[in-house]
Amino acid sequence: MNTPFTVTLEARGVACDRGGRRLFEDLSFALAPGEALLVQGPNGTGKTSLMRQIAGLLPLAAGEISAKGAEAGTPTAELCHYVGHLNGVKTSLSVRENLTFWADYLRGDATGGDVNAALGVFGLAPIADIAAGLLSAGQKRKLALLRLFACPRPIWLLDEPSVSLDVASVERLRQAITGHREAGGIAIVSTHVPLGEAFTHTLDLHALDMAEEPAP
Amino acid sequence: MKAVLALVRRDIALSFREGGAIGVALGFYLVVVAIAPFGLGPDLNLLARVAPGLLWIALLLAALLSADRIFHNDYEDGSLDVLAMGPLPLAGVAASKSLAHWVTTCVPLALLAPVLGLLLNFPIHTIPLLVLAMLAGTPAVSFIAGIGASLTLGLRRSGLLIALLVLPLYVPVLIFGVSTISAAVTDPVRLGRRFMLCAISLASMVLAPLAAAAALRTGFR
Repeated sequence: MNTPFTVTLEARGVACDRGGRRLFEDLSFALAPGEALLVQGPNGTGKTSLMRQIAGLLPLAAGEISAKGAEAGTPTAELCHYVGHLNGVKTSLSVRENLTFWADYLRGDATGGDVNAALGVFGLAPIADIAAGLLSAGQKRKLALLRLFACPRPIWLLDEPSVSLDVASVERLRQAITGHREAGGIAIVSTHVPLGEAFTHTLDLHALDMAEEPAP
Repeated sequence: MKAVLALVRRDIALSFREGGAIGVALGFYLVVVAIAPFGLGPDLNLLARVAPGLLWIALLLAALLSADRIFHNDYEDGSLDVLAMGPLPLAGVAASKSLAHWVTTCVPLALLAPVLGLLLNFPIHTIPLLVLAMLAGTPAVSFIAGIGASLTLGLRRSGLLIALLVLPLYVPVLIFGVSTISAAVTDPVRLGRRFMLCAISLASMVLAPLAAAAALRTGFR
């Protein structure tokens, strides 16, 4: 149904500094269309930081991240969807207004994606016209995830996407990731909960300075 | 371009939907100007002479009341992350949000100014010029407030800090804004100052978003 994506994502020797501390270094991976990367590791080892680096929201301390196969000159951030811990949902706008804004804004002058179809993915269509402030935590999270469908982009960065979702919705999310990969998209997911998705790559982050510094 | 429109429309809708900001700014403007005669005395000539300065200073303070909203809410709820990943460069995001602040705060304030001018014995025949001068000068107010708002990203109660950072930058707007209106009262022919006011606004509309974008980039870290 979507135009197949043909973007590949490559990271070479990426390092990340947070608060003067090196979180990880010399991180490399390459993802071809349709591949998925599971990022795992204990709290504080840089899963979110890695996602934000790919999304262009955090500077790289070293190395580079590049996406190939898209139109020349498109920054990597514009190929990515990032759904993080904060939902970016405006409580005084309705569900539909929230989603329509993100679709209009993220698409820019391009076309594609359908707000009404997206609303159906997690069954939010019946409550599309109530203020988003009345939604439960799980429903807000679903609304944030709907950005993925309202504006097609090849790379999905999902940071703990299953937080506060019910079992049925987690399954629907897994199906959506599978569907996205079948269309040639790339998914990078960090999660502590097994999603049941068969990831083609796994990245284990672990604390770098464990050996040098004794635990307090 | 569509992205700019979508963002400006959303910000205007949000500011009307969430309410508060505009009402507080207008009320503050009204109260500050209304109490001035109590401090200055009932001398009508004196009031008319200080009216341009008073109207401008009170407008700057009222506009700054809502300046922290330009980026703060979007930063808190994670919208700013997604805005940064859209087709607009960060400077475009800053410009769109400053523009929305101008429409929702400065334009209503400029339209209220004539009513307050009457309280200060401001000559009625120069009222159109007062509104024009304020509409010409206030874009600079909103766009420079955007710099302050982006510098204080993530700080709690950043409103006062923004005022501290930004008020000195308003000196040119204030000088030419006041002299435009004063000149209109005494000598309505000379237009030079008015063009200077427009020039300040245009320059801030181009330069301030670049500064705000640089500040936003560090705010993400």
